[in-house]
Amino acid sequence: MPSLPSTSGARLALATTLLALLGLCLAAFALRSARRRADFAFTGGGELRSLDPHAVTGVPEGRVMRLLYEGLVGRNPKTLAVEPGVAESWKFSPDGKTLTFTLRADARWSNGDPLTAHDFEWSFRRILEPATACEYASSLWVIDGAREFTTGQRADGSSCERDGSKVGIKARDERTLELRLAQPTPHFFALLSLHVFVPVHRASLEALMAEHPQTWATRWTRPGALVSNGPFRLSERRIGEVLRFERNEQYWDARNVAMRTVDVLSVESWTSALNLYLAGELDWVDGAIPTSLVPELLGREDFEPRPYLGVYFYRVNVTRAPLDRREVRAALATSLQRKELCQLVLKAGQQPALSFVPPLTGDYRPPKTFGESPEYARKLLADAGLAGAKATGKLRPLELHFNTSEVHRDIAEVAAEQWRKALDLDVRLRNQEWKSFLDAQGKLDYDLSRSSWIADYADPSSFLEIWTTGHENNRTGWSNRQYDDLIAAARIERDPARRRDLYANAERILMHELPCIPVYHYVSQNLVDPGVGGFGQNALNEQSPKYWYWRSDAELAEVRSKSTRAARKVESHGPAAGLYSPARTGAAQ
Amino acid sequence: MRRFLLRRALWFALTVWAVVTISFVLMRNVPGGPFSAERKLHPTVEAAVNARYHLDWPAWRQYLQTLGPLNLDEHGVFGDRSDVFGGILALDLGPSLQHRDVSVNELVAQSLPVSAALGAAALFWALLLGIGGGLVSALRPGTALDTLARVLSTLGLSLPNFIVASLLVLALAVAVPLFPVAGWGSFSHLVLPSFALGAPFGAYVARLFRAGLLETLSQDYVRTARAKGVPAHQVVLRHALPGALVPVISFLGTAAAGILTGSLVIERIFTIPGTGSHFVAGALNRDYALAMGVTLVYTVAVYGLNLLVDLAYAVIDPRVDLEKEA
Repeated sequence: MPSLPSTSGARLALATTLLALLGLCLAAFALRSARRRADFAFTGGGELRSLDPHAVTGVPEGRVMRLLYEGLVGRNPKTLAVEPGVAESWKFSPDGKTLTFTLRADARWSNGDPLTAHDFEWSFRRILEPATACEYASSLWVIDGAREFTTGQRADGSSCERDGSKVGIKARDERTLELRLAQPTPHFFALLSLHVFVPVHRASLEALMAEHPQTWATRWTRPGALVSNGPFRLSERRIGEVLRFERNEQYWDARNVAMRTVDVLSVESWTSALNLYLAGELDWVDGAIPTSLVPELLGREDFEPRPYLGVYFYRVNVTRAPLDRREVRAALATSLQRKELCQLVLKAGQQPALSFVPPLTGDYRPPKTFGESPEYARKLLADAGLAGAKATGKLRPLELHFNTSEVHRDIAEVAAEQWRKALDLDVRLRNQEWKSFLDAQGKLDYDLSRSSWIADYADPSSFLEIWTTGHENNRTGWSNRQYDDLIAAARIERDPARRRDLYANAERILMHELPCIPVYHYVSQNLVDPGVGGFGQNALNEQSPKYWYWRSDAELAEVRSKSTRAARKVESHGPAAGLYSPARTGAAQ
Repeated sequence: MRRFLLRRALWFALTVWAVVTISFVLMRNVPGGPFSAERKLHPTVEAAVNARYHLDWPAWRQYLQTLGPLNLDEHGVFGDRSDVFGGILALDLGPSLQHRDVSVNELVAQSLPVSAALGAAALFWALLLGIGGGLVSALRPGTALDTLARVLSTLGLSLPNFIVASLLVLALAVAVPLFPVAGWGSFSHLVLPSFALGAPFGAYVARLFRAGLLETLSQDYVRTARAKGVPAHQVVLRHALPGALVPVISFLGTAAAGILTGSLVIERIFTIPGTGSHFVAGALNRDYALAMGVTLVYTVAVYGLNLLVDLAYAVIDPRVDLEKEA
């Protein structure tokens, strides 16, 4: 049988292939050490962009920065009131322009180095340095000389020398930091508590930059190399999988930190995140819960949507006819039936938005401007000579532009239908993949375009600044001199009541002119284990991880007995005895 | 053999160059950039970020830097000594634009073993189910067992892997919690995703193998062996099996490519830190470096696997002469 294949060879080949495959699997696992469940595990979505606090903007990144770093001041997770961080006290000069912080004496880095005012001076200047490419750099431009330092230009556009010594950030001594503002800025304090304005460890960073000018960025955030000053420090990083944090025993308030380990899992699919949560692998999931699951979750005690400082709206391209006419924009805004839309599509208790700034934004109350009335909307069009628009061909079909997503499509379909019914208007849908969508929006290549805006801090300035002329987030072509003046005046107004009035007047103009049509105000959608204590349910959905702890069964029972909410109990995955901080249990550190 | 390998190496170089060039042109011409976001950057800051990643350079210069191995930035042609030179020819895929802390090399190095393990396990399932099912079918043609195996394979072929995955999670992770719902780290994490990924290919292998085996079993040399009184299991294992495996092996190249590209869906459903998710994220986020890197890795993987398949032909079937190929 000379032409027949050698059977032993074939069998050998087959057996080797199968064994090699199996071996490869086992080898891949053998290379990874097993990971124990952390005291607390949560997810905010996919892999983080960076662990460099000066290089990130996103909400999930902000969460992690609060684990790793601490700024001069923090925010109370319940009330959002400013509370001491690395600074133990501070005072304003009489003219409101100079702010002097006294740092606590026991502030230290995770490697034991003392944390001084010089660290803050260097770190804040790093934020302003163009090479750092910090996306929040412009927020610090309220500091004297800061804009000039970043851009090499004065506010009026004339060029000047970039000089770090002229920036109003000075360490007077080891424990005294002085910030000099260009103008009195009431919202500066709220701004300072952002997760971006934290110190980074100069010595380790500069050493790496000198040694590896090209690749330092990929080296200094590695576990072991990263030196931080927050309640936790990085102990492990598996890309696309997990970030493991351990309690930073060098942290000045470590005795009050309960969790010993925290895991931040990278989970891209929300359905999977939900599955992991239900299986007890995650203790907190926050983000886009699929709307189809919301009704089922609403009855559970671990899901309680709360008002959240964010607004979902449609940008209106005011450079295009017929949207350049205010009457048309107002007709669109007043003929939308937002309540129906919230109940039909969103279901988690989102609030119809008749103002751009959400209610509960600090002590600001948005003015009442327009209401919902299809009759009024029709009258507006009639008065403008555009009634029966379609029949007379005066109003062309409009295009509603949104980024590809099921929810955005559902909302757009309902809105288009409402406009068709109320105004006999032909609204066509156009969806685009995210980056192409942003590109088109930036180029004003749209009629109406979906958008959202989430506050950085609980202040109307966080919402209203973007509508000033030429602001990079305006993207509608709208410009109003009177609006700009009011915002400029509010920026430096030190009397809280007068400041609120200025913002309210500005918002009145905005909601009269309507370059944006507000649709709804967000709610936070935290799914959090009922056993978690110290969790911040607030309007910014912001957390201070140092306060998290596990309730004991007894405490959980007590909390439940006090709750007035009729909700189905769910099992807590926390330890029966709870997990309290060393200070609370009286344990030696 | 040597001429065969040499020719393949030349084609390989050409393929990689074409893939790099086409990817580069495509990526730079889709709208939107790596740093566009809902919250738009201040122009000064945007210019600084672009400069950091050389996106302010003219396209030809960016292309040369991507290709390497000479470094064109301020660190000089030969780079600084502590770091590798940039570019694909220097095996440096550059920094990721989206994940600032990691280089594309690191992303690939961390994720590729994971995807390889998943793919290998899936291939294992595919062969196990395919050869097992095919064997049962072919040895008992026309029986209920054969019908069952064929129905199952038709079902496996027509169900997309994400449906199989969701059903598996429902049945074996939620209803009966035998396996974790998602995640990575232990052997039990591997079972469901690799099965979901491998099953559709197993269904195809089963059909191929059944047909191949039935055909070889009717060949003259098999009949001769039977007539000589060789025991039935020996006839199948020694005489029929190798011939029936040839179509299966030729399918393995396609299957491996399919498993590679199919893994991105499975990786997402089971939150597995593999290369597939980087492939999608790289493209969606306009992370030019990452998208290029993963595309290259896939090119190399598919090319390499096909080479292995060709070599396997020669081992199994001596009639194949690699020197005369093409």
